[in-house]
Amino acid sequence: MKICKVVGKVWATRKHACLKNRKLLLVVPFDTETQKTKGETVMAVDLVDAGEGSVVLVSDEGNSARGMLDDPVAGIRTVVCGIIDETLLDGKHRKFH
Amino acid sequence: MNAAKVIGRVVATSKWKTLEGKTLLLLQPTDWNGKPSGDMIVAADSVGAGAGEFVFYVKSREACFSWLSGNKQVLGEMPPLDATVMGIIDGVDITDGKAGLKNENL
Repeated sequence: MKICKVVGKVWATRKHACLKNRKLLLVVPFDTETQKTKGETVMAVDLVDAGEGSVVLVSDEGNSARGMLDDPVAGIRTVVCGIIDETLLDGKHRKFH
Repeated sequence: MNAAKVIGRVVATSKWKTLEGKTLLLLQPTDWNGKPSGDMIVAADSVGAGAGEFVFYVKSREACFSWLSGNKQVLGEMPPLDATVMGIIDGVDITDGKAGLKNENL
């Protein structure tokens, strides 16, 4: 799992049935120490109602995604599965909302 | 899932049976602003995307799952695919200051 930041949204009317009524967010890996994003922006299915700018937990693994969606044949791999409140690293707390 | 632009089609008459009836598209992967990134790929189309359209696609094993009809992971029914187009992008709202990609001819 990765800590990511929500940087955008995607709209699509025509999409695969397994994506119906799903919120699609753009997420980028986020370094909590430097407060900077780095790496590739990917689209993830939102399962926790995260908002734009939120620091979130992103799972990029298909089997967990299918488990959460309770659909053994969903073609979904990347999901937002948590909203991060706080991290603790080297004795330093960082709060994110 | 990642963004790409449909740049062409692939025709193969002789192919593995589970690939039959599937449209194979040539995709140029892009970032979410529409800028090309990396080499083009071949992907199966599950939504009826046309040339020039921005789409999103899923990579790896999940590309096969989108083609299963039932509710079970039947290995023999899984087409040999590593990318499937899962949707046509209407719009992207991105907060990096640049405009997100858009399909203008819809």
